[in-house]
Amino acid sequence: MGLSGIEIFKKLPKTNCGKCGVPTCLAFAMKLATGQAELDACPDISENVKEEIGLASAPPVRTVVIGIGERATKIGGETVLFRHEKRFENPPAFTLLLSDNMDDLEISSRLSGFNNAVYERVSVVMKPELVAIRGDSADPLRFNTLVEKICNETDAGLILMNEDVEALSQAVRKCSGRKPLIYAATMENYEILGSLALELSCPLAVKGDGLEELADVCDKLIGMGLKDLVLDSGARNALEDQIIIRRCALMKKTKAFGFPTIVFPCLMTGNLMKETIIACQMIAKYGGIIVLSEIEGYSIFPLLLARMNIFTDPQRPMTVEEKIYEIGAVNENSPVLITGNFSLTYFIVSGEVEASHVPAYLLIKDTEGLSVLTAWAAGKFGADTIALFVKKSGIEEKIKHRRLVIPGYLAAISGELEEELPDWEILIGPREASHLPAYLKQLSA
Amino acid sequence: MRIDIPRVAYTGTIKEITLGRNKNKITIGGESCYPFHLFEGTMPNPPKIAMEVYDSAPEDWPDSAMEPFADVVDDPVAWARKCIDVYGAEMIALQMASTDPNGKNIPADKAAAIAKKVSDEIEVPLIIWGCENVDKDTEVLRSICEICEGRDLIIGPVVEGNYRAIGATAIAYNHTVIASTPIDINLAKQLNILLGNLNVPDDKIIIDPSIGPIGYGLEYTYSVMERIRVAALTQEDERLQYPIILNLAKEVWKIKEVNVSETEAPLYGHKKSRGVLFEALTAQCMLMAGANILIMRHPEAIGLVKESIKDLMNS
Ligand code: SF4
Repeated sequence: MGLSGIEIFKKLPKTNCGKCGVPTCLAFAMKLATGQAELDACPDISENVKEEIGLASAPPVRTVVIGIGERATKIGGETVLFRHEKRFENPPAFTLLLSDNMDDLEISSRLSGFNNAVYERVSVVMKPELVAIRGDSADPLRFNTLVEKICNETDAGLILMNEDVEALSQAVRKCSGRKPLIYAATMENYEILGSLALELSCPLAVKGDGLEELADVCDKLIGMGLKDLVLDSGARNALEDQIIIRRCALMKKTKAFGFPTIVFPCLMTGNLMKETIIACQMIAKYGGIIVLSEIEGYSIFPLLLARMNIFTDPQRPMTVEEKIYEIGAVNENSPVLITGNFSLTYFIVSGEVEASHVPAYLLIKDTEGLSVLTAWAAGKFGADTIALFVKKSGIEEKIKHRRLVIPGYLAAISGELEEELPDWEILIGPREASHLPAYLKQLSA
Repeated sequence: MRIDIPRVAYTGTIKEITLGRNKNKITIGGESCYPFHLFEGTMPNPPKIAMEVYDSAPEDWPDSAMEPFADVVDDPVAWARKCIDVYGAEMIALQMASTDPNGKNIPADKAAAIAKKVSDEIEVPLIIWGCENVDKDTEVLRSICEICEGRDLIIGPVVEGNYRAIGATAIAYNHTVIASTPIDINLAKQLNILLGNLNVPDDKIIIDPSIGPIGYGLEYTYSVMERIRVAALTQEDERLQYPIILNLAKEVWKIKEVNVSETEAPLYGHKKSRGVLFEALTAQCMLMAGANILIMRHPEAIGLVKESIKDLMNS
């Protein structure tokens, strides 16, 4: 794809003014080339150059933003077919579908399901992102009223859907400041909706009857100067189309398909459980926006976790904060365990401690996201660093005893650790987390 | 505009393996493309689901998982029959959990007797899964191989530490082995090579890459599987061209987020549906990455995943 750092550097102002947050233009260019900086950080690049560099370094699937401020949602920006090749960039936006055929009660109950679905995990907040409002009533007024109501009740990004171009345009004009996604340009209406999207600089969804028509409409819109498109192949059995679109964008640089997609599991079945399964397929294989009929805790929560898993950067292990975690109703006699801060280690160990029903302190030491053995081998989980952490962690003020359970894999360092922590008795825990419940029960018996 | 589909140049296929005996044989593998990429290859044998049965009544299951089996959990044979007769199970996976030295620690001969009984009473292919203790599994799985001669079992997990002993016994009694490695493509390949050197036939090996459920390392399993398939199908890596099995239910149903009640965590929603979806979504992700056999528990999760397989095969 992109330009090299030197090629980019040649196009920068070369004043080394530092406004971009990096001391020199060259350093900034290097960061740009590796995707660690955004072009906009330099205020002095001319629009022309911006275009040039932007185009040359743009990912094969364009990044499209829907919504504004804190609720601006990025989709697309993808560069690979498999997450292990590099990473997936922007998780698909989970979207609640509302219809102007629903009564007020149904709307508020669905919307509150959407608003409530906020979860925190490894200090990452997970939630559904967008609300789609679809005009089914054939009554423009009704549609507009609903759009207005939703605008007032949530600041989430919006998708406005209506086959009545007139009604749709009206609604879009009213809330264009929110940068809604306009759904959808077709072979019949692309000129009107294309100009509308251009005028209001809103992203535009494109719907074709099959991939060929979709590509045709996209080409026409690209010709009109549109940049932020979202693709709907019309297929209600979407896997194959998703794969073909992504492959065309990556392997053939097909311009018409260089955009994120929108998929509708909610229209493929009437059963929320089944819908959730289809949504899950689309997380793995290339959905950009995934539209759901309902947001229930039992369905959205596992979906959010699946999405987080698939979109985790494989080159950067997820970590949890270094600190004392209290599991259950701990007191001054509760056992103390220590392990590394690789998030998976933390989840598994804390889960097993919880399952044991023995309240315990879990000391999580920063191992830079490495697992216990790797961290030890890398010198990040040796006796000296553990001792230092135990002392400064503040655990000594919380407990009366001085017994520390270390992972079974670190048995070899227990002697050394006892020297470093002379007041402490070092206990060797099990090697496998799954044996923790039995171990803890025995320990506290 | 005519769409020219950029196609992947596949150079390999996954080995076809036939499991079980007599009229109830099941064939898995044989695909010549990435999972469900049916526009450019074939999957002659859709992925299969094996239903779990435990060698003794489980103690730590949530009610929602226990409920469908409450009347049979004390009797592995009745349990297996119910899976087949009521829930239409095409395969059974007998989990020898009570052989675990950290748990009930039942002796190998007793375990073998249970396995034999189940194997005598059912016709469908039978997977025997040990307690995942290297030494105990060696003892238990070898006894079972012997006593169930002629039954064409699928036995595992066979790991680096016990592949020789179990592998040799499995060949002698004509069973299929599950080569299990801890989420690592190189280790998976290495173990397959070792089994090959031991003369375990190519159509008697299934890969278990180890499962991380949703929220608990799913992404690692997922990517190891995708990498295995890329290597097997496009890089002629013969020692990775085996079908893949995942023993997922027992990992899913023990995680905290599945077991916490709705009263404790209202935002997690209805407990049973949540458990069903954690299991079904874990399975779905594994299907997308190349699973051939999924070992599953809840009939509703199984129903959902079966339907999904059918839809994906017909798309
Ligand atoms: S802000 Fe622009 S001109 Fe200033 S140092 Fe950075 S790149 Fe160079």
